[in-house]
Parts: sequence; structure tokens; C-alpha cells
Amino acid sequence: MLYYSVKRLLMLIPVLLGMTLIVFGIIHAIPGNPALTILGTKATPEAIHSLNKSLGLDNPWYVQYFSYLKDILSGNLGTSIQTNSPISSEIWPHLAATIELSFVAMIIAVFVGINAGIISAWKQNSFLDYTAMILALIGVSMPVFWLGLLEQWGFSIKLQWLPSIGRDDIRNSVNPITNLYLIDTLLQGRFDQFWMVIRHLILPAIALATIPTAIIARMTRSSMLEVLKSDYIRTAKAKGQRMIWIVYKYALKNAFIPILTVIGLQTGLLLGGAILTETIFGWPGVGLYIYNAIQYRDYPVIQSGILVIAFIFVMVNFIVDLLYGLFDPRIKYR
Amino acid sequence: MKKKYLSLTLALVIALAMALTGCGNSSSSKSDDSSKTLVFGRGADTTSLDPAVVTDGESFRVTQNIFDTLVAYDYKNQTTEVKPSLATSWKISSDGKTYTFNLRKGVKFSDGTAFNADAVVYNFERWMNGKKSGKFAYFPSMFGGYKGDASLVIKSVTAPNANTVVFTLKRSSAPFLKNLAMSPFAISSPTAIKKYGDKYGANSGVGTGPFVFKNWKKNNTITLVKNKHYWKKGLPKLDSIVFKVIPDNSSRLNALKNGEIDIMDGLNPSDINGLKSDKDLHVYYRPPMNVAYLGFNVTMKPFDNKKVRQALNMAVDKEAINKAFYNGQAQPATNPMPPVLLGFDKSIKDYPFDLKAAKKLLAEAGYPHGFTTTLYTMSNPRDYMPQPAKTAEALQANFAKIGVKVKIENVEWSSYITKLQKGGAPMYLMGWIGDNGDPDNFLYTLLDKDSAGSNNLSFYKSEPLHKVLIAAQTETNDAKRVALYEKAQKIIHEDAPWVPLEYAKAALVGKSTISGFAPSPTGSEPLEDVTIK
Repeated sequence: MLYYSVKRLLMLIPVLLGMTLIVFGIIHAIPGNPALTILGTKATPEAIHSLNKSLGLDNPWYVQYFSYLKDILSGNLGTSIQTNSPISSEIWPHLAATIELSFVAMIIAVFVGINAGIISAWKQNSFLDYTAMILALIGVSMPVFWLGLLEQWGFSIKLQWLPSIGRDDIRNSVNPITNLYLIDTLLQGRFDQFWMVIRHLILPAIALATIPTAIIARMTRSSMLEVLKSDYIRTAKAKGQRMIWIVYKYALKNAFIPILTVIGLQTGLLLGGAILTETIFGWPGVGLYIYNAIQYRDYPVIQSGILVIAFIFVMVNFIVDLLYGLFDPRIKYR
Repeated sequence: MKKKYLSLTLALVIALAMALTGCGNSSSSKSDDSSKTLVFGRGADTTSLDPAVVTDGESFRVTQNIFDTLVAYDYKNQTTEVKPSLATSWKISSDGKTYTFNLRKGVKFSDGTAFNADAVVYNFERWMNGKKSGKFAYFPSMFGGYKGDASLVIKSVTAPNANTVVFTLKRSSAPFLKNLAMSPFAISSPTAIKKYGDKYGANSGVGTGPFVFKNWKKNNTITLVKNKHYWKKGLPKLDSIVFKVIPDNSSRLNALKNGEIDIMDGLNPSDINGLKSDKDLHVYYRPPMNVAYLGFNVTMKPFDNKKVRQALNMAVDKEAINKAFYNGQAQPATNPMPPVLLGFDKSIKDYPFDLKAAKKLLAEAGYPHGFTTTLYTMSNPRDYMPQPAKTAEALQANFAKIGVKVKIENVEWSSYITKLQKGGAPMYLMGWIGDNGDPDNFLYTLLDKDSAGSNNLSFYKSEPLHKVLIAAQTETNDAKRVALYEKAQKIIHEDAPWVPLEYAKAALVGKSTISGFAPSPTGSEPLEDVTIK
């Protein structure tokens, strides 16, 4: 297990290195340059030239790449061209916002998705099964931005139940410590604000959770259907075990490996791909951070931002790999 | 296991139910705190709090409220006329080369530093010496360059005493005063600039303006609080302003309707009609300081023929374009500069929308059966042109009626400019947003022969026009300048290097409890007079 973990962690290095090279190549291939966007379309060519020089953008690409790589290896994520601040301090508040949102969305997705899938499989071809699977189909196909606007219209404007945007009330904003607002409000003993933060999380988390919920539900259903047909389930039934016990205890555990894979992949995707939800809900997350950087051709932010997300993605999958053994002792790590 | 699940489910259901029922009465979004806070919703974040290094409107929207300029536009009356601000009065020498400003006494920066002539000189020295860093965006383009460049219009900035600043220019420059009123040339505290060095603006900005910077959560909010020592007595009326980023136009409007923000810009044109009947909201229009146009490359056939250009001017249905792509909120353009500017010639009548006359002119020019050409357009919306591709299609249909067959080419913005500057497009869609509110910034910048290939993308070179525009640049008497610019517009109208299309008005919407908000043509405005009932 330890050997396996170390081996996996070491394998991360070439993966991440390759990633930096790909990202670097792509962003330098797109037209436009930071000096032009910083100085605006009215800038003189001399002004653009001198800014390029002071930003080091007049160097050949490999010189830029290796100086970037040198920074990364010494633990420095670089400096944003746009704001002239260190990326390591800028990225955390954004990352925290995304982590908080994705975490809540995944809780919803796992809870609803697994239960819906189980019920579908258990009551296969029943009305419940069809309803759940049709809902899952809608969930997968529904454009997130449209769902988000619909939620705002319904739950904020019409029903006035929940706030429509942001992480907190603008007039009663949270004083950040860790930038994970659920934790910050508790640390400060502000339970009123804790509650407010939860209320702000509900709509974007539901919007963000729809696709993973649907995917998890489908995967659970197909995996459970297979397991429910196996001999040991029939034996358990024959022994007179209660069905709910059989389903949740015996069947789910064996059906869980593919579900866990999907959960892992979806978690990784949410962390990097919450950009639409973040746009609609004015959520200052990491997707928005990188999106803005792309518009400004802020190369260091794009590179380091994607690097951080890729790192998290790989780590989540690594953790999922380790969890397999927990659910299925037959899996051995070598 | 089963019980665990059940209880967990139950707990979640109860929590959710509590959340939903509890929300109805805990109306946090409408907290009625006694301090007056205005929440301004906008589409993108500030890039820096140092106004000298930015070009984007979202940055200026904030810095306008933190800083003051030597002279200021007449924001109350929504014009670009210049009024006293940090300078109470000024004298211009008869040759137009020396500007002497008397400064307001007793003004302090919000960090306690005294505002005086040395502070002004310090700021100008900082910008003029920017050649190495190259980071001052507007300074070289408005004043001709940095120290060491022959084109820099400023010879020296001196402080003969604490309350007087003297600018000596290398040549007379009529737009000079208007340039000084621009947001990028607001005066920062020298103490703060020295303290933060290269990082000035990243999380700091110290000025003399109505509000003081408090904090900035990136891509989220910027909070400013009232400057209690503001030199305008009784202002600002608000206690604080929060600028909140909500990238999506529709959800920003949702947040306004839900009361989470008080005012917003970036309203979808299609949403405006639905808001007019809403008594709780008020729609504002920004007086346009822009122009959207169709340009001809006058060096390419058949556009080297004036009659062809005039004929195409007669074939464009500007009213229909306004209705279809600006939701009727724009103003059809007659001149290359918008009406809000000094010297706009009202007497010029636009070419009539008259297909018969257009065909006749084409025949006279030797194209009785029309011709085939290409219209280039940018692929992304601009403030002055919300739907460039569709506008191009409408023009294509217009021109087809007089026998001119048009092929449309879409080009991505950053490559588009380069393409046009190289003179590669026979017809193109473009526009301009004014910088300093001076006619020179439109006519000279866009159509003088000196600008050919940079901002004069039509490569239109008219000697008579050049003489008039240069004379207007050095004339400091406003009445005489007006006469010159009217003459210039008549020449341009006759030569028709463009089809001026529309002056686009941006729409904003706010709660009707807000008063004192007057959108400025420059794109942003100080909010010192704004208050909420």
C-alpha cells in the first residue's frame, strides 16, 4: 500500500510537467498578447514593445517556459501580469469558494444520486424507476446556466426564499479567515452568518449538482442491477433477510466500485468546471479566476491556475484509488 | 445501517424544510441598516486601483470615486465640459503653451498627506518617466509619449509655490485641458506611491476623492467608505459603496429585482422593455460618446470613387439597424463624432435612405450593375455594436438592393485590428469610444492623414481636412474651434469615407429609491451626489 502510494505520487510529476507544457503551448498559440490587452486597443506600438520587454514577453518561448518552470519547482506560482500580485495568495480565496461549492454540490449529488439509483434498480421497470431515470436524463441534458436562471427566478424573485447571487449578503459580508466561509463563520461564532452562507450555497449547489447527480444515479442503477442478480443476493433473500437491508448493506457495497470511480471523476470535474455556475451566481471561484485570466492573456495565472486544478484532479483520483481497497478487500495495491 | 440512513434522511429533510420556511421572514437581502450603502452590480472586476495603469471602464468606475483630477468633466450635467476640481482656476498663455493652475487649499489625501503643487508634479514626473516599465496605458497615447520622446507634448511641470502648478508645453494643444480631466490622470498620494512602490494599485489606492478604499475581494466585491474629510462640503451622501461582480447580465438583473444590488450596468437591450412598467426600477441611459461605423478603404477599388461611397451611404437603413440590433436605444449617426461633443455640426443632414438615388450615383460612377466586395466584421460584441455579425448581414441585405454583392468575413478581435491596420479590408465595421470628450479625439484620431494605418483604418487622406484639424488642435478659443470642427465635418460628410451608423446608448437600471445618479458620457462617474431613500 505504501509502495503503491509512493509510486503513484511519483508518477504525478511527469503528468503535471506534461500538462504545463501543453497549457503553455496552447495559450501561446492563441492570438493576442497581454501587453495589448493591458494597454488597450489605443496603445502605440512603442508602448506595447516596452511593456512586453518589462514583462519578459519578448524572450523566446522556451526561455519563458523554463523560467516559469524554475519558479514552479521552487514553489513559486508566479505573479499575475494583470494585477501584479503573487498568484499563490490570489488563487486561494477563489479556490476556497470553489471547494466549498463543489463540496456541498457533491454531498447533494452523492446522496440523491445513489438513493435514486438504488430505488430504480430495486424497483426496476416500475413507475419510480422510469421517473427517476427520466429525471436523470433531464438532469444530464439541462444547460446549467438556464437552470440557474430559472432557480433565481423561482426561488429568489417569485418566492423570495433564497438569495440569488454571491457567497454572502453584500451588506453583511463574512470576514474571511480561511476563506471557507462555512468554517470561518463557525470560528467567529457567527451562527447567523453560518446560516446565511448555507442559504447562499443552496441554489448554486443544486445547479452544480444536477449533472453529477444524474450520472451517479445512472451508474448506481446499472451497477446495482448487476449485483442484485448475483447468487449471494438470492441466497440472502432466501434466508428471509429484509430487502432494504440486503440492498443497502450487501448489494451496495459490491456495486460501489464503479460508483466511486464516477464520484471521483465528477468531483474533479466540478472543481475545474464550475465556471458556468460561477458566472450565473456571481460566485468568485477559481473557474472565474482563470476565465478572466484568459480574457486578459494573463499567462502566469492561466498556467498556474490550470496546474493547481490538474493537481487537485489527480489527487482526488488518487484518493479514490486508495478507497477502492476499503470497499473491496479483494483489491490489492502493488 | 438502515436506521442510520433513515435518520440522516430525516435530518436533511428537516434541515431543508427549515431552510425554506425560515427564509421567508429572515429577509437578509433587504436588511434595513441605517447606514447608507449602495451596491453597484457590474460584469467584471477592476484590474488595478491605480488609475494611471488601467484602460478598462470597470477600473475607472471605482477609481473615479477614490481620486480627483486637476480639472473635472461636468458630471452633473452629463457633458464633457471642463470644470474646476483640485485646481480652482487656470490661466492659458496667449500662445497656448503655458498653463498655470491655482490649486485648492487645505485638501488632504485620505492617508493624511497634504495635497499641493509638489504632489501634482510628483504624479506627472512618475508618468512621464514611465518609458522603462511601459505600464502607463493612457499617458503616452494622450500626451504623445514619455520623457525622451520628441512627440511628448509636455516640456515641463513645475511648482513655483505650494499652490501653483505650471505646465509648459512644446506646442499648443487644445485638447490638453480635457486630457487632464480624464480618470487616468487623477492625482495619487505621493506617500502611498512611495510606500507601495511597484505594488501600488494592487491592493491600495490613495486619493482625495469622495470615498476611501476599504477592501477588495477579487472577482467579488470592492468596498469604499465615505471620506469624512472630503473637500466638497456635505458630500458624499452615501456612507459606503460596494461594487459587486456578477458576470452574467440576466442574473445581475435577477439580483437587482431581488434587492441584493441597488443599481447595475450591462443591461441586455432585450430586457429593457420589460422593465419600463416596473415602478420599483428606473432605467438610465448614458449619453453616447461613441460612434459605430462602416468604413471603406478609400485606396481600394471601387471605394476610391467618392460617388460609390456616397451611393452606399444612401443604401443603409440606419433606423432598421437601430431597431433590430440596439432595441431602438441608439441614435442613428450623421457625423463621425457624437452630438455630446463640442462642435458637433447639427446642420449636416444625413444622406437620405434612397435606393433610387443610390443606384443612379452608382451608374454615374460606372457601376450600373453594382459590384462584388467583402465586408469584414469582428466576431465579438463591442459596446458600440452589440451584434456585429448580424449588423453585417443587415448591411449585406441593404446593399444587395442596389446590386452590390457583399461577402462577409468574421475575424477575431485582436487579429481584426491588425488586419485593418494593414489595409486588408475593402469594407469593415468598426467603432470608437471617446477618451477625453474632445472632438480632436474623434476627427483627428480617426480620419486625419497622420493617423492613417493606426486609427484611420480607411486610409483617408485629405489635405484640406488636415489643415482644418491641425488649426483646431492649436486653437484655444472654443468658438473658433467650433467653427473649425464644423468645417471639418462638412468635408468628411462630402467625402464620405465612412457610413456613420449609430451612436449607442448604454442602459443602466437602478432601484427607483436612488436619486442623484447621472450617468456620464465618459463611461463612469463619481457617485458623490447619489443617495438612497
